[in-house]
Amino acid sequence: MITSLAFRLTKRFGAKVVLDDLTLEVRGREFVTVLGPSGCGKSTALNLLAGLIPPTRGEIRLDGVRIDGLPPERRGFGMVFQNYALFPHLTVGANVAFGLVLRSRGKAEIAERVRRMLELVRLTGFADRYPGQLSGGQQQRVAIARALAVEPRVLLLDEPLSNLDTKLRLEMRGEIKRLHADLGLTSIYVTHDQAEALSLSDRVVVLCDGRVIQAGTPAEIHDRPQTVFVADFMGYRNFFPLTVASEEGDTVLARGEALALRGRTVVPLRPGDAAVAAVRPEDVETTTEPPGPNVVRGTVRLTEYLGREHGVEVALEGGPTLTVSLAHPVAVGSALALRLPPERVVILPAEGDAR
Amino acid sequence: MRVVALLVPSVAYLLAMFVFPFAYGVLLSLRPKGGGVSLANYVAFFLDPWQARTIWVTASIAVPNTLLTVLLALIVAYAMRRGIWLERTITTALVLPIALGTVLVAEGINGFYGPKGWLTQVLLALGLAEPTRLTHNYTGVMLALFLQHFPFCFLMLLGYISGIDPALEASARVLGAGPWAVFRRVMWPLIAPGVAIAGALVFVMNFGVFPSAVLVGQPAGATRTIAIAAYQEAFEHYDMPMASAIAVVMGVCQLAGLAVILFLRRRMAGTGVATMGAGKR
Ligand SMILES: Nc1ncnc2c1ncn2[C@@H]1O[C@H](COP(=O)(O)OP(=O)(O)O)[C@@H](O)[C@H]1O
Ligand SMILES: [Mg+2]
Repeated sequence: MITSLAFRLTKRFGAKVVLDDLTLEVRGREFVTVLGPSGCGKSTALNLLAGLIPPTRGEIRLDGVRIDGLPPERRGFGMVFQNYALFPHLTVGANVAFGLVLRSRGKAEIAERVRRMLELVRLTGFADRYPGQLSGGQQQRVAIARALAVEPRVLLLDEPLSNLDTKLRLEMRGEIKRLHADLGLTSIYVTHDQAEALSLSDRVVVLCDGRVIQAGTPAEIHDRPQTVFVADFMGYRNFFPLTVASEEGDTVLARGEALALRGRTVVPLRPGDAAVAAVRPEDVETTTEPPGPNVVRGTVRLTEYLGREHGVEVALEGGPTLTVSLAHPVAVGSALALRLPPERVVILPAEGDAR
Repeated sequence: MRVVALLVPSVAYLLAMFVFPFAYGVLLSLRPKGGGVSLANYVAFFLDPWQARTIWVTASIAVPNTLLTVLLALIVAYAMRRGIWLERTITTALVLPIALGTVLVAEGINGFYGPKGWLTQVLLALGLAEPTRLTHNYTGVMLALFLQHFPFCFLMLLGYISGIDPALEASARVLGAGPWAVFRRVMWPLIAPGVAIAGALVFVMNFGVFPSAVLVGQPAGATRTIAIAAYQEAFEHYDMPMASAIAVVMGVCQLAGLAVILFLRRRMAGTGVATMGAGKR
């Protein structure tokens, strides 16, 4: 069991800065997710932690001891890759035993541990198969068992579910969460999927262009995004550029040509500041209230059947488009009055300030 | 299944290059000049030490040369698997001998390593003792064959090795494997089929060595290979059936070499599934 993994890492490839002083401290038994779009440096960060590539600058401390000089084989980490990376010439059992064999454990101990690991990932009886004979989900479970067999001090997972189909992804998400809790692991999980980040983590770190732009509990990130970038990632689909008109505590009134919205702020704003109001489609509701701040009118332009709800695109009076999600179907062309509840509207600094 | 797929190139090669000419040659070789149908040509070949020893001479060139070429190509290709500085330039330089052809390479070897060659001149100018003779002997042929077959073997192995998913090596490292353990436990089992095929092809080419053995070797003695013996029967003694018999012996030797290589490959792999996923990406 470790107490903490702390690092501060910069990585450049040629002139391109891929990680810019990425700083983080992970506590023992914590599940930290690094969330960010493709190309923002997530894999690079994990590869640096594992020792697979050298950092340009920085250090890694495990329980206060520097480990950045150690080669990967001496860090005692576990790593799970997006494409599973199982050894195709070895059986499932031999794959899981790989790290144990290298640690010169006894035959009986290895056999017992492989059996236990396969049981843990629900693959009992698969020990003699080859990876090529397994489904994607099964292969990923073998990869997890292989990483866990050596009791890693830290488990690194690089988008482990992104090659799986939706149903399997949900199932495996649950499995990973269960294993993390049952085995008391310390895990760093990398993904571009906000749902994975929110459901798995104790803490989410949002990465953009190699820099942390926000870190916090899943609820904090979800409900209190500090930038348009994070809000966009967290499912806020509607963004309206406005100007702050007045502020009182952590609510402000912001106005634009077509729209006036009252909303919460996460980052303090002053009257006159350029701002962006962000609203999730599912937070918008139909209303009978007269027009005013947070109540808008518009015409239905497009509807999309989404199963449980209807995605509706509404052209507002004065130009902007609002995407909402309604419980009942509406006809294209019909007029709608909509309310954007102030407690559900987040007013953010306009991009370029806080990013 | 993959094993079978991997054998297809060599099987096709064997069919086109050996089986058909072989059948024709075998028939011809059984009709000695003196008339009738008999094994007289073969008996004559094996009873004449001057002829029979060409098998040994050829093998003593082909076997070590194949091992050397494959080993060096494997080392260089493995070292270059992640890409290196100036990779394109280096690859081009290595591949150039293929484009030049056997005769030019042999000329080059004579010009550089020969008794009046640059290397000798430089060594003499530096006041170093008369260097050992590097051409018109066994060494010359070894050099020429190496220069011709190394690039081909290297390219083949580089393609094979760089086709292996780098994540395999990465996960082995993280699991506790040092560089040697990565090679032995992960990379070698995946590369071995490629090495076997490269080795088989180099061996076959080496065993048929002719121009190099004449141009930079000692065709009347130390490097009188089996191909030279066949050539002399055909074009100096005009004994086509005898030449065919020698060619058949040569073909049998080449097949025996292939059989040994494929046997070793199978032994090393352990199971038939071993080649699955190699080069998959
Ligand atoms: N070996 C490399 N050489 C040059 N650039 C690289 C290398 N590896 C990654 N990059 C660049 O670094 C950036 C981050 O890559 P990566 O960490 O793989 O992103 P992510 O995993 O978040 O998708 C990308 O722009 C990528 O092109
Ligand atoms: Mg990645």
